[in-house]
Amino acid sequence: MPQVTLTVNGQTHTAEVEGRTLLVELLRDKLRMTGTHVGCDTSQCGACVVHVNGESVKSCTTLAVMCNGANISTIEGLAAADGTLHVMQEAFREYHALQCGFCTPGMVMSAIDLVNKHPNGLTEQQIREGLEGNLCRCTGYHNIVKAIAAAAEVMQGKRSEMARAAD
Amino acid sequence: MNVVTPFEGIGASVRRKEDFRFLQGRGAYTDDAEKPGQLYAWILRSPHAHARVKSVDTTAAASMPGVVEIYTGADMAKDGVGGLPCGWQIHNKDGSPMAEPLHPVLAHDKVRHVGDPVAVAIAATRQQARDAAEAVVVDYDVLPAAATMAAALKPGAAAIHDGVAGNLCYDWHIGDKAVVDAAFAGAAHVVKFDLVNNRLIPNAMEPRSALGEFDRTTGDYTLTTTSQNPHVIRLLMGAHVLHLPESKLRVIAPDVGGGFGSKIYHYAEEAIVTWSAGKLGRPVRWTADRTESFMSDAHGRDHVSHTELALDANGKILGLRVSTQANMGAYLSTFAPCVPTYLYATLLAGVYTTPVIYCEVKAVFTNTVPVDAYRGAGRPEATFLLERLMDVAAKQTGIDRVELRRRNFIQPDQFPYQTPVALQYDSGNYHATLDQAIASADWAGFPARRAEAAKRGKLRGIGCSTYLEACGIAPSAVVGSLGARAGLYEVGTIRVHPTGSVTVLTGAHSHGQGHETTFAQLVADKLGVPVAQVDIVHGDTAKVPFGMGTYGSRSLAVGGSAMMKAMDKIIAKGKRIAAHLMEASVDDIEFDRGTFRVAGTDKTKALVDISVAAYVPHNYPIEELEPGLEETAFYDPKNFTYPGGCHIAEVEIDPETGRAAVVNFTAVDDVGRVINPMIVEGQVQGGVAQGIGQALLETCVYDADGQLLSGSMMDYTMPRADDLPPVSVATHTTLCTHNPLGVKGCGEVGAIGSPPAVINAVVDALSDYGVAHVEMPATPAKLWQIINSGRRAAAE
Repeated sequence: MPQVTLTVNGQTHTAEVEGRTLLVELLRDKLRMTGTHVGCDTSQCGACVVHVNGESVKSCTTLAVMCNGANISTIEGLAAADGTLHVMQEAFREYHALQCGFCTPGMVMSAIDLVNKHPNGLTEQQIREGLEGNLCRCTGYHNIVKAIAAAAEVMQGKRSEMARAAD
Repeated sequence: MNVVTPFEGIGASVRRKEDFRFLQGRGAYTDDAEKPGQLYAWILRSPHAHARVKSVDTTAAASMPGVVEIYTGADMAKDGVGGLPCGWQIHNKDGSPMAEPLHPVLAHDKVRHVGDPVAVAIAATRQQARDAAEAVVVDYDVLPAAATMAAALKPGAAAIHDGVAGNLCYDWHIGDKAVVDAAFAGAAHVVKFDLVNNRLIPNAMEPRSALGEFDRTTGDYTLTTTSQNPHVIRLLMGAHVLHLPESKLRVIAPDVGGGFGSKIYHYAEEAIVTWSAGKLGRPVRWTADRTESFMSDAHGRDHVSHTELALDANGKILGLRVSTQANMGAYLSTFAPCVPTYLYATLLAGVYTTPVIYCEVKAVFTNTVPVDAYRGAGRPEATFLLERLMDVAAKQTGIDRVELRRRNFIQPDQFPYQTPVALQYDSGNYHATLDQAIASADWAGFPARRAEAAKRGKLRGIGCSTYLEACGIAPSAVVGSLGARAGLYEVGTIRVHPTGSVTVLTGAHSHGQGHETTFAQLVADKLGVPVAQVDIVHGDTAKVPFGMGTYGSRSLAVGGSAMMKAMDKIIAKGKRIAAHLMEASVDDIEFDRGTFRVAGTDKTKALVDISVAAYVPHNYPIEELEPGLEETAFYDPKNFTYPGGCHIAEVEIDPETGRAAVVNFTAVDDVGRVINPMIVEGQVQGGVAQGIGQALLETCVYDADGQLLSGSMMDYTMPRADDLPPVSVATHTTLCTHNPLGVKGCGEVGAIGSPPAVINAVVDALSDYGVAHVEMPATPAKLWQIINSGRRAAAE
């Protein structure tokens, strides 16, 4: 079986995989990092989004062997070692942008990439269109959009602290 | 020291406790667990909608790499495995019981829908199990299929179940037909109208999953499953399918990624993995891929109705007559029979003083996936029917549609209000929610917005829906008399630990609702224990005494009320301990948020002083009081709760493409007392997204042979972020009069109230095209055709 060596959240792993093994299967089944989820089989829902070399990628549509030598970031690696949440994670909590939590890991990873790709800021419409590849059945997206807008302001240095949601 | 800030109690938007694990990838969903020696199951499903199974050959599959066993329906039947039970029995008009055909766990004589499970392959890896399942050879004798109710009811249609004449499950009715007919005879206006409530596929983001385990030492079984109600699964599967006593069967529903009803029911895969684990002595796990979810999760809605409304010359409703056909699918899912009857026909008074109502419902078997309660369940169907009917009636009578509603509202001073269809509403103020929504949506300013949109070449319309629903299910005696085979109380245990932290055990189950926060707020409010020191335990039959689970917006109204009752018992016992410690009479002890006080003095004891005394009873009234501080309460509600309100949608249709976009949406809901406004708003937002999805995007499509054409997320239109508008959510509260919290429930109002508001707006936008009705979903193709045939008509 082919061997794959890749870095996940700063740690290097080597694993034997089948040619057909998907990146998400390697992460979940072999490396036991179950924060990344599988919500569909047609690359539509985005629950499986991780970053491969800094770009958001659907790990259900990526073969593990394609990631040899790659640098992978997953939801488990976002918070600081002392437990401080990434500002996007904090914004999702502050704005109640998650309910059942299943789409959340992919949603957060997509959101961070979306903000990174728009260094000059995002309109609400750009956020909505940028979430085209992520499905949520609980929230209606309204609060996800607000959370991303609030996190973007901090990530892009427009505010030093995140704007609080109305109570 | 137990000090609670007032901001954590009832009414505070406390940020959710559960979010920390979900946001860091630490949720524990069923598919996340890894068990030593675990095996993987893959279910082979029927590719045919209706066929006789002549033979199943597992020889080749059994010898494939990694395969441990292949089981067929015959293996399960040989072992005495029972059929999947139905939890509700409806009676026909003539008093005879409904048809209730066997629902085998694995089909062994016939398959009755695409996706019907036929065999299971169990192997060392998921891929090996899948490869093996695909190598099982099934010889099918394909039979004619009935993919629609019309096809199933046609004389001479193939029988889906032996002994079920005409594929009819039941023919039920409610109301006095003669009295209603008489009301129609004297009416100034009779409005007749046919409509469809489109079939939806639930698509909770987490696919269903189940893990069976068997302990050879004790003989105990454990099922971990994506369920909204683990105790109910234990009861149904233990008693009816696998014949296991509750004491030998534990059911765990850990973090569950959305349910919306689709994870209430006892599914075949749960029995398959539990039974197989016992046979093999090893853990057996199964997780659906999304394609399987489409063809095996119970679907929702699917009604075809003929309606007639009688009104007097002033627009006052005199009577309502409804005839509905409801699709049951190929088998009866757990609660399917009650959805088009007691969750639908009993809601047909809505918010109106309709004096007489008659409704008959034919439930029909078809060669499709079973249909059951989904995100509103019966109430969206009733609401869509009524609120479209009101707009059609307004047009026919020439009375303004808002005014017509007002003329027929139940007045605030008419509560408790007895409807002609069995329910008694306890509270509400429909004028108030309508007025607030009309103001918030700037209904009066709409003509200017329409004119502005017209300049941009867009057709703009506005629509409203004044709705009501029944939830907080439900009084056991009432549902029992209506055919439920279970009670619908809820259970709560409050365990005050020696040093003052609290564990709550609840029979409700959280799969997105935020119970770990909201329920902790109840404890903070009542006992004065900070939210951070309150843990909510749910979803495990080995930990929680009992429970009926979460659906029908019942968790807070029923489960929360059980907790309040248990806390009353804690306080009563605490007072006796405090009286002893402070050498006072029990009658003189007052309690307020964590402090026991001798009335009129400065003598106090904190809750933690009481809990220490209760568990270290050195100085304790041991002769009259047991040590410990833990209480359990069962709460059986006296009535349903009746949330209601007004939703207003504004749409713009692009006549060039036919695409309708909701540009404004306003919801004003009366959900009773609000514990956590942030969570309530989120629940309504999500429900409205489902309602807009049903109105504009989503529908299940079968072809005439029963093939599921909308069988993937590439074919079934799930609402995405850019399909939806920002939604304005507000509440107007009247308290529920019969539960201790005054709460009504908020989980389903969005999905119930919104679809007719959207379609009313679509029809309004097309008012120049002579359109009386648009069936859901109002897709671009449908609207483009309407607009262009209208243009042609105008040109001719």
